[in-house]
Formats: sequence, C-alpha cells, structure tokens
Amino acid sequence: MSSYAITILTLIVIQAIVVCGLNVIVGYAGQISLGHAAFFGIGAYSAALLSTRGGLSFWIALPLVLIISALTGLLLGLPSLRLKHDFLAITTIGINFIVQAIFLYVPFFGGALGISGIPRIQVFGEALKGAHFLYLCLFFLGVVMAICWLFTRVFAGLACFALREEEAAATSMGISPVRFKLLAFMLGTVFAGLGGALYAHYMRFVSADDFSFPLSVSFLAMLVLGGMGSLLGPLVGALILGALPELFRPLAEFRILFYALMLLLMIRFQPGGILGESSLIRKRLFPLFLRRQP
Amino acid sequence: MLLEVENLTVSYGDILAVRNLSFVLDQGELVSIVGANGAGKTSILNAVMGIEPSKSGKILFNGEDITRLPVHERARRGIRVVPERSRVFPRLSVYENIITGVYRLGKKVAVQTRLEWLYGIFPRLEERSGQLASTLSGGEQQQLAIARALISDPRLLLVDEVSMGLMPKLVDQVFALLRQLNKEFGLTILLVEQNAMASLKISDRGYVMEVGTCAFEGAAADLIEHPKVKEAYLG
Ligand SMILES: Nc1ncnc2c1ncn2[C@@H]1O[C@H](COP(=O)(O)OP(=O)(O)OP(=O)(O)O)[C@@H](O)[C@H]1O
Ligand SMILES: [Mg+2]
Repeated sequence: MSSYAITILTLIVIQAIVVCGLNVIVGYAGQISLGHAAFFGIGAYSAALLSTRGGLSFWIALPLVLIISALTGLLLGLPSLRLKHDFLAITTIGINFIVQAIFLYVPFFGGALGISGIPRIQVFGEALKGAHFLYLCLFFLGVVMAICWLFTRVFAGLACFALREEEAAATSMGISPVRFKLLAFMLGTVFAGLGGALYAHYMRFVSADDFSFPLSVSFLAMLVLGGMGSLLGPLVGALILGALPELFRPLAEFRILFYALMLLLMIRFQPGGILGESSLIRKRLFPLFLRRQP
Repeated sequence: MLLEVENLTVSYGDILAVRNLSFVLDQGELVSIVGANGAGKTSILNAVMGIEPSKSGKILFNGEDITRLPVHERARRGIRVVPERSRVFPRLSVYENIITGVYRLGKKVAVQTRLEWLYGIFPRLEERSGQLASTLSGGEQQQLAIARALISDPRLLLVDEVSMGLMPKLVDQVFALLRQLNKEFGLTILLVEQNAMASLKISDRGYVMEVGTCAFEGAAADLIEHPKVKEAYLG
C-alpha cells in the first residue's frame, strides 16, 4: 500500500471510531448532537497536553484522556435531559463553537499556534508510524465496535432504545431517562475522545481549526449515510465519505456542501442509512448478512 | 389504602383537564373510571404515573407521598400502566419490549416463569417474539402492552382504554384476564374505559367523570343501574 493510501485509511479509521461514538448518542439513544467535533477535540487536546507538557506516554495518558472525555461528556450531556430536538441541536452546535473558541483563545491550549511536538506512540520501544499506526487504529476500532455490539445486547442498550422510541412509556417501565441518556452521552464522548487522542498522536500537531463545526456535520453525515443505530453504519459511512473526496478531487473543495446535501438527501429518501432496515442495499444485496438478530 | 388521590388538578396551559378530584383504591380492588371523550380519564392516569405533573393535590401510594417523584421511581414502587394506544417500542422485538418491564424491580421476580405464563395467555406474542413490535397489528400491540406491564408483577395496574382496537372476542378475554388477575392474584387495578358497561361489569366500584370532575361514584353494580349513568354512558 502506498503511504498516501495508508494516510487516508488511518484518518478514515479514526473518524469511524468517532462516528461510532456519535452512533451511541444519536443512533442508540436518539439524542441529536451537532457538536461531536468538540469531544473529538477535547480528546485530542487532552492527549496533546498530557504527552507534551505532561511528559506522559500515550499509554499512561490514555486512561486520563478517556476519563476527561467521559466527564466533559457527562457535563455537556446534561442539556440533553431538558432539551429536545431542535433546541438540543442548537445547544450542541453552541457547545462546538464554545469549545473551539476556548482552544483558540485560552493561552493554556496554545492559542492560534495550537500544540505541536506531540510524540509518536511507542509500542515495545518502537515508535509507531505508517502501516503500524494504522493497525493500532484498527485494533481500537475493533474494541470500540465490540463494545457497541455488547451495548446493544445488555439492558442499558435496550433501555436507550426504549427511551428513543417512546420516552413516556419507557420511563413508565422504570427506566431512568437521566441515567441512560447520560450513559449514552458518556460512552459516545469517550469514543470521540479516543479518536481524538489517536488523531493527535498521528498528526503530531493539533489546532482549534481541526475541530470546527463543519467537522461535526461531516461526522453526522457519515453516520446518517452508513445508518444510524446499526453496528457497521459508522464504518461504512466513514469509508465512503472519507474516500470520495480523495477519489474525486474536485469534491474536496466542496466537501461540506456535499456532506450537507447528502445529509438532506439521505434523511429524505433513506432515513435508515444505506444499510438501514428498509434501505435498498439491505433489501436487495444483503438480505441475510446484515439482519439484526432479535 | 394502596392509592389515595386528594384534590388532584391537572392542566395543560389554560385547559383544565382534571379539577380537584379525589379518589381512593384499596389493596385488591378493581375500580373503573368511566366518562366521555375528553372527560380527563387519561390525564388522571398520567398524573398518577407522573407523566403529567399535577398542578395541585396529593398522590399517596401505599402511604408514601409520591406526588413529586419522577416517573421511573413510581414505576419502581410497583405501578405499571397499559397506556392508551399501547405505546409499544416499535423498533424493539416483541421479546425485548416485554423485558423492558423488568428493570430494577427492587424485588425478585421469576421472569422466565412469568414470561411463559404470559405467552400462554397471548400465544400470538410467543409466535412473534423475535419480530419487531412495529410489525404487529394494533390488537397484537395492545396485547404486548399488557404483557409488558404484567411481566414485573406490579402492585397497581393502570389500564387506559384497553378495549380499543381489540376484536370483541379478545375484549372479553382481556376483561376476563383483568378480573382473574384481580380475583386470583389480588392485583389492584384502576381501569379507565369508554366501554363503561364492560368495565363496570367486572369492577367493584366506579367513578363517573364529567369534564374534569367526578359526577357520581359508587358500587359498580349500582352505577350500572343508575338512570343518569345509563342515559349518558351506557345507551
Ligand atoms: N397534551 C395536551 N395538551 C393540551 N390539552 C390536552 C392534552 N392532553 C389532553 N388535553 C385536554 O385535556 C382534556 C382531557 O383529556 P384526556 O385525554 O384526559 O381525556 P380522556 O377522558 O382520556 O378522553 P378519551 O376518552 O378521548 O381518551 C381534553 O379536553 C383534552 O383536549
Ligand atoms: Mg383517554
């Protein structure tokens, strides 16, 4: 594989991890989030600061990064308990802008210069790069997808689904909306944080621009394209939307326009995603392969 | 008293749905609330469950003031509802729908035994246990809502318009089941129905609602014979 292909693939896998997190929040728990790039950024900045100024290795810093992500997820998930639909969408957009502004204007976060000099990840004394870094990302994607799969099979997942479908009926069955919405938010932001940490150590440089609102839109576009609530959806969405601008160069310039257009078209014509329950692909091509087991 | 409702008022903005209503349910009773469309029946159940906040008044369950408790905390204390228009979870399977009812009961329930018992009553649900609830017919969804409420062995069952959408034979069957649950297992049931005759027939007592307040109350047998009730609700 050319190093160019490896670079593209690595970024796709990192985005897939982040979109898996968004899937827990949006797909499983039915909460809208248009600010997911903020949590990606919080993970990236935490990893960057801990490894540069903190002098910690990636492996020591990772648990801390995940805890920071979980706590901010918990804090910023609180609005989801009170707000619904468009209000929640606007609030999450606001969170994205605020977090980005903090990265940009608070000197502690490096200001406009961002944070550079982030070391490579070491495994057995060897600094990971190229294909090896890609394998590490694939490993984490596997872990994340396994957790997602598990989540849909334990009661917490069922509770999130029930709240998503009929909130009043779900709470009448004894399901606490606070507990499970926050749990979904936390899990989703932890995955975003993990993706952010990998991103920081891969680029070895982060700046506030990397985590702007348009990135949140593209995460959501990937999720909607792949299929909200499905296990493979985030991966499929990240693959397609990550590869398309590389394959059709002219697209790259209009990336955000393209993503937004695609979002609208998908929601209008294939709301379940291209792999969703009633999608053309699922009906025609994979009738057995992808069906969700009861 | 298992349930005591004192001076309950429920409103939606300016609309007063329930006005200063008081009623009680003793342990082991089967009580009906009947009334025309818009009389406030669903609002009463929603206030007892906590889905709709009560503007004023007090709700005591088993002696404990639950007026300010959130919905899921009331559910944990053993209140379950079969909601109007069933409200099953469409994208969960039939089995998963039923299982949502067993979360944190605070007591041991033989879930598997109860599940088999419920499948015995509603064989259709067993046949379709792996199917998404959205693919069930309206009547089957109603059965599912009943099973979902009963799996947890509740102390108080609130039932809203259960006969809606069921075929006549099944209506009889469901009413017979409610009666059986009440008589044999001592389950306390609050039944809300437009089908006043059918529900009063199996009830111990009844309340007749008229736009937000209780117009009559009494033994179910007397209410069935009451000329005013007959004229207004029983035809
Ligand atoms: N969410 C709501 N917003 C505004 N008004 C409401 C709402 N729910 C109920 N109402 C009003 O409150 C009154 C009582 O409604 P409720 O649903 O309790 O009646 P009901 O006795 O259950 O009627 P039905 O027999 O048709 O089910 C009605 O006038 C209704 O229009
Ligand atoms: Mg009603």
